[in-house]
Amino acid sequence: MKQEKYKVELLHKNYIHSLKNEKRWVRFYQIIIFLLIFSSWEFLSRMQWIDPLIFSSPSKIWSLCLDKIQDGSLLTNLGATLMETIVGFIISTILGVLIAALLWWSPLVSKILDPYLVIFNAMPKVALGPVIIVALSPGYTSIIANGVIISVIITALVVYTSFKEVDPNYLKVLQTFGATRFECFKEAIMPASFPTIISTLKVNVGLSWVGVIVGEFLVSTKGLGYMIIYGFQVFNFTLVFLSLLVIALFATIMYQLVDLLEKKLIKE
Amino acid sequence: MSFLKVQDIHHTYFTKASATTALSEISLTVEEGELVSFLGPSGCGKTTLLSIISSLLKPTLGTVLLENKPISTSKNEIGYMLQQDYLFPWKTIEENILLGLKLSKQLNEKTKTAAYSLLNQIGLVGVEKQLPKQLSGGMRQRVALVRTLATEPKLLMLDEPFSALDYQTKLKLEDLVSKTLSEFGKTAILVTHDIGEAIAMSDRIFLFSAKPGRIYKTFEMPEELRKLSPFESRNHEAFQNIFQTIWKELESLETGKI
Repeated sequence: MKQEKYKVELLHKNYIHSLKNEKRWVRFYQIIIFLLIFSSWEFLSRMQWIDPLIFSSPSKIWSLCLDKIQDGSLLTNLGATLMETIVGFIISTILGVLIAALLWWSPLVSKILDPYLVIFNAMPKVALGPVIIVALSPGYTSIIANGVIISVIITALVVYTSFKEVDPNYLKVLQTFGATRFECFKEAIMPASFPTIISTLKVNVGLSWVGVIVGEFLVSTKGLGYMIIYGFQVFNFTLVFLSLLVIALFATIMYQLVDLLEKKLIKE
Repeated sequence: MSFLKVQDIHHTYFTKASATTALSEISLTVEEGELVSFLGPSGCGKTTLLSIISSLLKPTLGTVLLENKPISTSKNEIGYMLQQDYLFPWKTIEENILLGLKLSKQLNEKTKTAAYSLLNQIGLVGVEKQLPKQLSGGMRQRVALVRTLATEPKLLMLDEPFSALDYQTKLKLEDLVSKTLSEFGKTAILVTHDIGEAIAMSDRIFLFSAKPGRIYKTFEMPEELRKLSPFESRNHEAFQNIFQTIWKELESLETGKI
């Protein structure tokens, strides 16, 4: 009996060990791929096998990065973009949930608005960019509006669908207690849809970045989007790549933060 | 004067393609303190009738009177128990049982204490702060009963409340629910497709036929079964006879269907 228990413990230990081992190998290959991409990029560019003017090289990007940090322009631009993205992200989430609540509240309103939502959702919203910028004048407001408009409808539609999918028997329970429609929303619909709302946040992170970067392309005064469009205009592709890498880095960080938030909230 | 009076209920569901009559010519009365069952094959409109009696659904024709007045959900006259517990998974047991009181604005120290003592009475001690998922199916259904009784409804609707439970739990809960209801002198309507459960628990059984749903026959349970607990009833010699009678009636309803 005792020996048996010992065996189980040993097997468990082996199992944990194999898990750790696998994790280590995964990390190892991830790093290898990363190094391979950047070193071959550097190598190909130095050997002039790819055009260094267009594709730049990691070392050039890195030294430009240090320059831009030193003169403070990278931080200013990054700060502007981050602020716009976060504000746009928050506004579009809140607005989307509010629209979804309105649609749930009145089935008639939802029927009436249905074709408009479909059209608006299908339309490439970035095409509205020029109109927004002229209407709201170039600046933070119009860039944020661009970020909001791109994600608000899809948020509303996804959240509305999850509102509708809440088990009607929960509403039946509340109705037998004489609950009003608002109480039904507060006690059942909203808490039951909470996981969906959190997971749409993840989609919204990506969409907000798209909207804000496009907005900055158009406004062209500040931000990472501006750095890209400026680099393109003066044919400084090192600047373009620097901006791209910074965007990739911060979009990932934001996504991971939302992911962390999701895990925390859903676990409760 | 009867406690509950259901008069000439007709109900038809309309869709674009068809109009289906779910209930036709339903009239019945229930006396105070009585437990009656609606027994019948699936699709005979039992649940529809419950929804109509509890005024969740407006019938196409007919009226429902409780103590001679039309029923309304806002006065908390009706308690409804569903097939599954439908406890809100994000609320603790405590929040779940107080929900009805909170929504009907009756939440005060007195009703709160009453709800807690009901919870203890029904055999659940020290679970107030737990979440529904930490309890077993039978325990959850008992919490649902407490939630339903906490608002002190005049009339209880039990919509196949034991059908999702395993047999042993079901037998135990039948006894518990029956005992609790008679202790509080509650009037209740039980919907079921289990003949044994209907005989064991009720004072009267309305047998429904399907398409459209009608009351096909009414059975009075004999006095000797009524005073026994459901579990004892099942073992009484009269039980088998009634079971056979109802079984034959149900068979004759369904001839040529299978």
